[in-house]
Amino acid sequence: MNTQTTAQIIGFLAAMVLLTAFGMLVQRRIYGLIHLFAWQGLFLSISTAIVGYMTGRHHLYISSVLTLTLKVILLPYILNVLIHKLKIRKEIDTVVNVPLTMLIGIALVILSYHLTAPVRELSTFVTRSVLAIALATVMIGLLMMITRRHAVTQIIGFLAMENGLFFAATSATYGMPLVVELGVAIDVLIAAFIFGIFFFHINTTFDSLDVEYMARLKEED
Amino acid sequence: MNLSPLVIELMQLLVLLAAAPVFAGWVKTVKCWSQGRTSPGLLQPYRDIAKLFSKDMALAENASWIFRFTPYIVFGSTLLAGGIIPILSVDLPLSATADVIALVALFAIARFFTALAGMDIGTAFGGMGASREMMVASLAEPAMLMAVFTMSLASKSTSLSQIAQVIAHSDIHMVLRPSLAFAFIAFVMIALAETGRIPVDNPATHLELTMIHEAMILEYSGRHLALIEWAGMMKLFLFMSLGAAAFFPWGIADEGNMLAVPMALVYLIIKLGLAGIILALIETGLAKMRLFRVTEFLGAAFLLATLGMLSHFILE
Repeated sequence: MNTQTTAQIIGFLAAMVLLTAFGMLVQRRIYGLIHLFAWQGLFLSISTAIVGYMTGRHHLYISSVLTLTLKVILLPYILNVLIHKLKIRKEIDTVVNVPLTMLIGIALVILSYHLTAPVRELSTFVTRSVLAIALATVMIGLLMMITRRHAVTQIIGFLAMENGLFFAATSATYGMPLVVELGVAIDVLIAAFIFGIFFFHINTTFDSLDVEYMARLKEED
Repeated sequence: MNLSPLVIELMQLLVLLAAAPVFAGWVKTVKCWSQGRTSPGLLQPYRDIAKLFSKDMALAENASWIFRFTPYIVFGSTLLAGGIIPILSVDLPLSATADVIALVALFAIARFFTALAGMDIGTAFGGMGASREMMVASLAEPAMLMAVFTMSLASKSTSLSQIAQVIAHSDIHMVLRPSLAFAFIAFVMIALAETGRIPVDNPATHLELTMIHEAMILEYSGRHLALIEWAGMMKLFLFMSLGAAAFFPWGIADEGNMLAVPMALVYLIIKLGLAGIILALIETGLAKMRLFRVTEFLGAAFLLATLGMLSHFILE
């Protein structure tokens, strides 16, 4: 496998990561959202392993396996259990309508392509073009957090942002040091547990996971 | 003067005329198999068309020339589109005169006149069908053009023959292109909408609330209806072979290579056979969407085509 073919495969996987990010942006059902999140994690894990193979940096294999267990199996499982326990079934309501969100998403991709242009000029890595996609994934995750009312979807948006950052790290610098990656992985895992506890509290206080209700948390005057 | 391109062009039109009903029959047959019904056979569309040709027409009293003219325009422009798309060979005299944008325009002419004819009689269904069809078209055409531009970027030409040739001769690096993958998914979604297949429109129903294309042609009968039905089958065939030519052109005959044409025919049968099975599975697996969900469906197609174009610049 020569470098050009690997770069091609990584580019293809990057495109799939972006596609799943957009899929999450337009998905209305919460189970579909979690499936898409798991797929994104899978593409991320494969591409990390390929970058590791291409550059001979074996610690990337560890972070690939870590991504696989954490983001493809464990987190979707936790979220599924949460949703099952909280009995959330209805479709997700969005602040902005779906076609408009898609157009904003496209604008974000163009913006991040523009922003990463100087890096692309200077970098010598074969994966440098993927950086724009990674940045776009981060921004789309942020957009998802802004445009969704539901706490669970906001969390998935947050996790998608984390995916984008991880992807940026592998593509721009061939991965962070292993210590940092382990730390981030544990942070995400802990965050998922804390979110779970918060979900229960929000749900018992308001009988809903719509974060709009939290705006009413003030004393009457 | 070398006559072989002309011969190929004529052969291609004949293949289109003859094979379009068989393909429609094949899709119907696979659909019947997958739903546990007995199929009417591959040749049933021929029998339908033959029956319609032998029947008398019933014309409404207030039908204008547009109504009588439309079936011929629809049939003619669809047949002309068959002269541009490289079905068997890229060596087409007509493809030098019209590129893929002209192809989109040809389909648009057929659709425009069908909508006019739907409104011409003045029945409620005709007008409703026409307005719905125009809504779908206004969303599908930008997406189609975007997908087409992505293909053109990859091969640096808007001529379909050129696109097919470039992709057929590129090595494996060029095949696994994200831009083409995006454009392909977008193209499949657009093809479903343009040919009026299930998630968007149901070709087999005459239920008032759901029909789009059928509502416009409800007043047609006899040979007019036969021509429109035949053109509809040809449109389906053309979209499938356009997809095959643009994204999977392997096996298509090269320029000046007469002898490869029979082999190209075999490849075409294999490709379209598979395409028919996939189409039937899509139609069996999905339910028809609510009309207002079509905006989202085609918006997603537009999004994918645009992403394809962007990833051409970002990743390639």
